[in-house]
Amino acid sequence: MKIELRHIHKHFGPVHANDDITLTIPSGSIFGLLGENGAGKSTLMKILSGYFHPDAGEIRVNGSPVVLHSPADAIRFGIGMLHQDPMDFPPMRVIDNFMVGYPEGLTLPRAAARAALESISARFGFTLDPDAFVGSLTVGERQQLEIARLLWLGAQVLIFDEPTTGISAQQKEKLFAALRRLAEAGKTVIFVTHKLEEVQILCDQVAVLRAGKVVGQTRAPYDLDALVRMMFGKAVSKGQRTSAPLGDVVLQIKRLAVEDIRLRIAGVNLEVREGEVIGLAGMEGSGQRHLLRACAGLVRPVEGEIWVDGENLTGKGYHEFMRRGVAYVPAARLEEGLVPTLTLMEHVILADEQRGLVIDRQTALEKTRDRIATFNIRGRPNLPVESLSGGNQQRALLALLRPGLRLILMEHPTRGLDMESAIWVWETLKRRCREERTAIFFMSSDLEEILHYSDRILVFFSGQVSEPIPAEGTTTEQLGQLIGGRGFPSGKEVQP
Amino acid sequence: MSSHEILIGLAGVLFAAAPVVFATIGETLTERSGIINLSVNGTILLAAMASFAVSVSTHSLWLGFLMGMAIGALVALTVAFSSIALKQSQVAVGFVLTLMTRDLSYFLGNPYMGLRGPRVQSLPIPVLGQIPIIGPLFFRQDPLTYLSFILIGAAWWWVFRTRPGLTLQAVGERPEAAYARGAPVHRLRYLYAAVGGALVGLAGPTYSLSVKAGWKGTISGLDGIGWIALALTIFGGWDPIRGAAGAYLFALLQWLGLVLQPYMPNIPSQVLQVAPFPLMILTLLLVNIGNAEWVDRTLAGLPPDARRWVRRILRWMQVVPPASLGVPFEEE
Ligand SMILES: Nc1ncnc2c1ncn2[C@@H]1O[C@H](COP(=O)(O)OP(=O)(O)OP(=O)(O)O)[C@@H](O)[C@H]1O
Ligand SMILES: [Mg+2]
Repeated sequence: MKIELRHIHKHFGPVHANDDITLTIPSGSIFGLLGENGAGKSTLMKILSGYFHPDAGEIRVNGSPVVLHSPADAIRFGIGMLHQDPMDFPPMRVIDNFMVGYPEGLTLPRAAARAALESISARFGFTLDPDAFVGSLTVGERQQLEIARLLWLGAQVLIFDEPTTGISAQQKEKLFAALRRLAEAGKTVIFVTHKLEEVQILCDQVAVLRAGKVVGQTRAPYDLDALVRMMFGKAVSKGQRTSAPLGDVVLQIKRLAVEDIRLRIAGVNLEVREGEVIGLAGMEGSGQRHLLRACAGLVRPVEGEIWVDGENLTGKGYHEFMRRGVAYVPAARLEEGLVPTLTLMEHVILADEQRGLVIDRQTALEKTRDRIATFNIRGRPNLPVESLSGGNQQRALLALLRPGLRLILMEHPTRGLDMESAIWVWETLKRRCREERTAIFFMSSDLEEILHYSDRILVFFSGQVSEPIPAEGTTTEQLGQLIGGRGFPSGKEVQP
Repeated sequence: MSSHEILIGLAGVLFAAAPVVFATIGETLTERSGIINLSVNGTILLAAMASFAVSVSTHSLWLGFLMGMAIGALVALTVAFSSIALKQSQVAVGFVLTLMTRDLSYFLGNPYMGLRGPRVQSLPIPVLGQIPIIGPLFFRQDPLTYLSFILIGAAWWWVFRTRPGLTLQAVGERPEAAYARGAPVHRLRYLYAAVGGALVGLAGPTYSLSVKAGWKGTISGLDGIGWIALALTIFGGWDPIRGAAGAYLFALLQWLGLVLQPYMPNIPSQVLQVAPFPLMILTLLLVNIGNAEWVDRTLAGLPPDARRWVRRILRWMQVVPPASLGVPFEEE
C-alpha cells in the first residue's frame, strides 16, 4: 500500500513536534526515517498508526484520504506499528500476548494462534516459546513477538520505531533479514532510526527529520557525511579514546555470588579504582544486571563481600550505598529511574538533598532551569517526564546524578540516544572520572561503546564471569566471540 | 454435633457466602479493567435498603433486585466517570461515595425498619437434590445461591478463556498498549465498572431479601461486608475462583465462630464474632509478603535448600495486581 502524509502538523504545548511534514512512502521497499532525539519521528509514526491525532494535515492510503480516529481504525486499514518501547504485557504469557487485539470471535483462537505463531516464527527464524512469560523475554524476543503478531493480523504497512535498540547483534541480523523479506513480499516497511549504519545497510530510501521538519530525502547509495549534517545541522564525530589516571581503590568485590530464580553468578573478584571505567559485556540477561544491582545494594549477595572505600557494605541496603556515594542508573528509565507523571522540576527536588519541610519553589525552578541548560535537555521544568523524547529522558536521568559521586553504576548509558547525545553523555561521564575521580561500572549491548569508553571489560556468559580484560587492543570481533561463549568452560554453571 | 447438623451448617455457609461472592466477583471484574471502586461497603447497604423498600412497596422481588443492581451500577459509574472524564482520584471519590451511600441507607431506610417483606424461597432441584451429601450442600439452595455458583465459573471463563476477557486483562494491565492494539479503553472501563457495580449491588438484595431478610438499620449486620469483599478481591489475586474461595473461607470462619461459642465459654462471644476480620488481614499479608523487598533480603541469608522452598511457596501464594489499577489513562 502506498502511504502519503500531507502537511502534517502536531503541537505539544509550545513544542512543534511535527511541522508541515509531507512524505510519500511506496510499498515493496524499506523506507528509512532518520533523525536525532526529539526530532519528531515517533510522533509522526504514532499519527500514522492512529495513536495520535494530527492538528492539521491528511493521510492518504493508496491515494484516498483516510481519517484515523484510533489505532483500531489504523489496524483496519492494515497499518501496524512496533512501538519504540515494547507495547506488550509483561505478566502475560507469549501466546496470550499474541492474541490480545485479535479482532473477532468470542472464544480465544488458541489453536490457530499457536499454529500461526509457529509458522511465522519458522519463516523468519524467530525462537519464541508460546508458554513463556513476556516479562522473561529479551527485548529482541519481545520485538519478534510483536512483529509476528502484526503479520498474523495481516498488516500491509509495518512501522518499526527504533527496533534495534537493546537487541543483540544476532537478533539484529534476523530482524533485518525479516524486514527485507517483508519488503520483497510487497509490504510497506517504515524503519525509524537514528543510526546511520542501519540506514546504509537496510533502507532503499531515507527521509531526514530535524526539529519537526523534513530536512532532506535521498536514495541509496548514501553520502554518510551529508546525512550527519542533515541530522544535526553540523558534522559530529566520536573523538579519541581517553582514560583518566587511576587513584585509590573504590570498590572491592570478593568471591561474590548473586542469584535469583533464573540465574546465578558466582566467584566474582574485582577491584575498581578511582577514575576507572569498567564495561560489562554479554548477551542481555547473562548476569551483568545481577552484578550491578548487588554493587548498588539493591539485591543481597548470597555469598562473598562488597567493600566500598575500605568499608564492608555486604548485606547493607541501597540507602547505605547511596550515602557512601554509590549511584545506580537503571535501563528501564520510566519504570525505575524516573517517576512518570512527576515533572522535571519535581524530579530535581526529589533528587536533591532533602532539607526542611516546605519546598522552595523558586530555588527549585532556578535549579531545574540550570540543569536543563547544562544538560541540554529539550523540555520545560513543569513538563511530566514521560512526555520527553527517549533521548531527553536519558539526559534528565543524568542531570539528576549528584556531583562528587564515588561510583556510578549504569545500565545502558546511551541506549536509544543519537550519536551526538551519546558522545555528549560520555563526555559528561568521563569528565566526572577525571575531575571528581568517580569510578564507573556500566553494562551495554553496544560493543563499540564498551571498547571505546572502558578501561577494562568483564565478559558475561550465561552467569559465568571472565577475568577483567583490558579494552585497549581488543577488537570488536574478539569481544563478539567472547560474548558468544568462546573461552568459557562448557556446561551449565560453575559452582565455587 | 451430628454429621447431619454439620452438613446443614456447611450448606448454610454456601448460602451465606453468596452475597460476598457477588460483591467480590463484581469488584474483581471492575478492578481487572483498572478502575478501583472503593464504594462497595456503602453500595451494599444502600442497595440492601432500597431493594427491600421497593419490594415491600411493590410486592415484587424482581423489582427489588433490579433496584439493587441499578444502584450498584450507578455508584460504580460515578467513580468511573469522575476518574475518566473529570480526572478525579478514584480512591477519593470511592471513599466519599462509600460513606455517603451508607449514611443515606440509614437515613432513608428509617420508614422501612423492621417491616416484614417478601423473601426469596429456596428451590430444591428435583433429582440432584437427592444425591447424598452433594444434594443438601449444593442442590437444595435458593436461586441466588445457584446463581452465585454459576457466576464463579462464568466470570472465570470470561476473564481467562474469552477474547473480550483477554482484552479486559490487557486494559487493566497496560491501557496504552491495549489502546494501541485497538481496544476502546474508556468504553470498556465504563462497561466493566457498570457490570461489576451491578454485581456488587446484587449483594444488597441478596442480603435484605434472602440471607438476612428485612431491614434493621444500623443493626442489620451488613456494615463491613463490603470492605471484606474488597480485601477478598486482593486475596483472590483478581481471579474469580480464588476470590470466591476466600468468600467461602470467610463465611466458614463466621459460622465456626457461632458453632464453637458454646464449647468455649471463657472466650467472650464478641471475640469469636470479630475473629474472621483479623484472620482475613493475616491471609492478605501472606499473599502479599512475597512482593516485599525485605523478604528477599532475609531469604538471601537462608541456606540454599530452605531458600528455594520458601521462594517457591511464596511465589505460589503471591498475587500481582493489574498494573494500571487506579491509574488514569488518556486517549488522544
Ligand atoms: N505526549 C507528549 N507530550 C508532550 N510533548 C511530547 C509528547 N510526545 C512527544 N513530545 C515532544 O515532541 C518532540 C518530538 O518527540 P518524539 O518522541 O517524536 O521524538 P523522536 O524523534 O521519536 O526522538 P527519539 O529518538 O528520542 O525517540 C519532543 O520534543 C518531545 O518532548
Ligand atoms: Mg522516538
